[in-house]
Amino acid sequence: MPVEIDIDHVARLARLELTAEEKERLRAQLGLILEHAAKVGEVATDDVPPTAYAIPRANVLRPDVRTESLPLQDVLANAPEVEDDRFKVPRIVEVE
Amino acid sequence: MTELCDMTATELSAMLRAGQTSSATIAASCLERIAAVEGRVKAFLARTDDLAQAQAGSADSRLSGGDAPAVAGIPLALKDVLSTRGITTTCGSKILETYVPPFDCTAWERLQADGAVLLGKTNCDEFAMGSSNENSAFGPVHNPWDLDTVPGGSSGGSAAAVAAGEAVWALGTDTGGSVRQPASLCGVVGLKPTYGLISRYGLIAFASSLDTVGTFTRGVRDAALLLTSIAGKDQMDATSLDTPRRDYTEGLEQGVAGLKVGVVREAFGEGVEPGVKASVQAAVDRLEGLGASIGEVSLPHTDYALSAYYLIAPSEASSNLARYDGVRYGLRVPGSDSVEMMTRTRGAGFGPEVKRRIMLGTYALSAGYYEAYYGQAQKVRTLIIRDYGAAFADFDVLVSPTSPTTAFPIGAKVDDPLAMYLNDVFTIPANLSGMPAISIPSGLDDKGLPVGLQLTTPVLREDLLLRAAFALEQAIGFEARPGLLADLAA
Repeated sequence: MPVEIDIDHVARLARLELTAEEKERLRAQLGLILEHAAKVGEVATDDVPPTAYAIPRANVLRPDVRTESLPLQDVLANAPEVEDDRFKVPRIVEVE
Repeated sequence: MTELCDMTATELSAMLRAGQTSSATIAASCLERIAAVEGRVKAFLARTDDLAQAQAGSADSRLSGGDAPAVAGIPLALKDVLSTRGITTTCGSKILETYVPPFDCTAWERLQADGAVLLGKTNCDEFAMGSSNENSAFGPVHNPWDLDTVPGGSSGGSAAAVAAGEAVWALGTDTGGSVRQPASLCGVVGLKPTYGLISRYGLIAFASSLDTVGTFTRGVRDAALLLTSIAGKDQMDATSLDTPRRDYTEGLEQGVAGLKVGVVREAFGEGVEPGVKASVQAAVDRLEGLGASIGEVSLPHTDYALSAYYLIAPSEASSNLARYDGVRYGLRVPGSDSVEMMTRTRGAGFGPEVKRRIMLGTYALSAGYYEAYYGQAQKVRTLIIRDYGAAFADFDVLVSPTSPTTAFPIGAKVDDPLAMYLNDVFTIPANLSGMPAISIPSGLDDKGLPVGLQLTTPVLREDLLLRAAFALEQAIGFEARPGLLADLAA
């Protein structure tokens, strides 16, 4: 059976604006895809450990040597809005 | 007469050293081909003609000095998810339409150091999510073998450019088959090396535990040459493996006599086109003729690999793509506060497939569902790796079709995501297990479209993989050319 999901909740978590039409289509498509994907539960038993990386590596460090950072102007050139060499964003904290 | 732009890098490299041609002449040949076919193929999102000419000039000076690496002077195309300093890199997405990276990816940095020549950035499915190149925000790529069919994806532009003679070779990326499947559909060689062999630094992330840089070439030896230039440890990527740089053309001609080749039983089941089965079976017979011993092998969890992949990859994608927030780069759609700005920006900037996968991944990672979906998928990943471990206890190399079908018509599967995802059923296991795999053309089907055959070897056995692929390539002698090029000659 297709999986029922709360599209509005997931879209809010993903910070994704969707039209009513997109929500309708996604509800149907994701339901079918998840029904198929849920097959993983058939074989993944408790005694099987999970794999995050096929070739695991741990504590990979590079030499602690100072290097040049990226040129500020090149980085800021991509920003939608800049002020005083900083990324400008809409107000985050409400003023009382 | 064969044009320079249709030759292999191996041939061109020899001609350059013999003084029979120049890098400038080869670049001009590619640019001429681009002018003739690009309007129909649409492989490129950005062209770098001036840069190509300048780099060809530098390569010619270096070649005349007598100390140039094998890739020097050979024109190349890069998939538009690979960061290039000062050159727009869009990932095929509206959200990055104007993004100009302030740094180079390691693969391109190494190629530049070796004297490579860049022709441009190639079209792809948005953020490398897709198997047909139809998910690009900038329109589809057309397969040079039949312009009404897809080139495969997600690295469809790179595959089509190499097939059409627009570039001698190209780089792509492979997260679930995005190099091997388009290589198969376009009749070229596609190599996905071991996870971590090529640095991911500057590869704009889709699914970090699966993403791999890969190569598109017209022959197996060319793949070895290109790999030699870009493989090896990079301190900019913590998942890069501690492998020394080496020459991957060494031992290429040792043949397959005595090798044990396992034919993957699950890859010849229902859903695989008869023409694909027949072509791959004929190639297996050739391997036997070359002295390999052939046996059947089962990878019992193959069916579950697709399910696991479509949970793991979207989960990682939903996390990676959180960075497109309208703050540091890319599109911004204004809103009354920062959350509304982000939400609107992402709604306007991402296309349907990317939204689908972000939603899928967000759901699979969300409270209450994590263990049932993402957690279980990670366990299946362990089972896939065990399948391969068991198979490689008995065999040196595994063989299967690369894709269940040859190129399909543009538009045929766009409304059915599950059918589209099935394109990757044979390529996904190598990403989940980290193993190297290569697709080489095995012949044509009854529609005259190329069939691809996939070989897989254990982790870091690129030597064995390339050696087997080279022997098989020589035995098959695939010389068919896309219809588009036959029309040009006429």
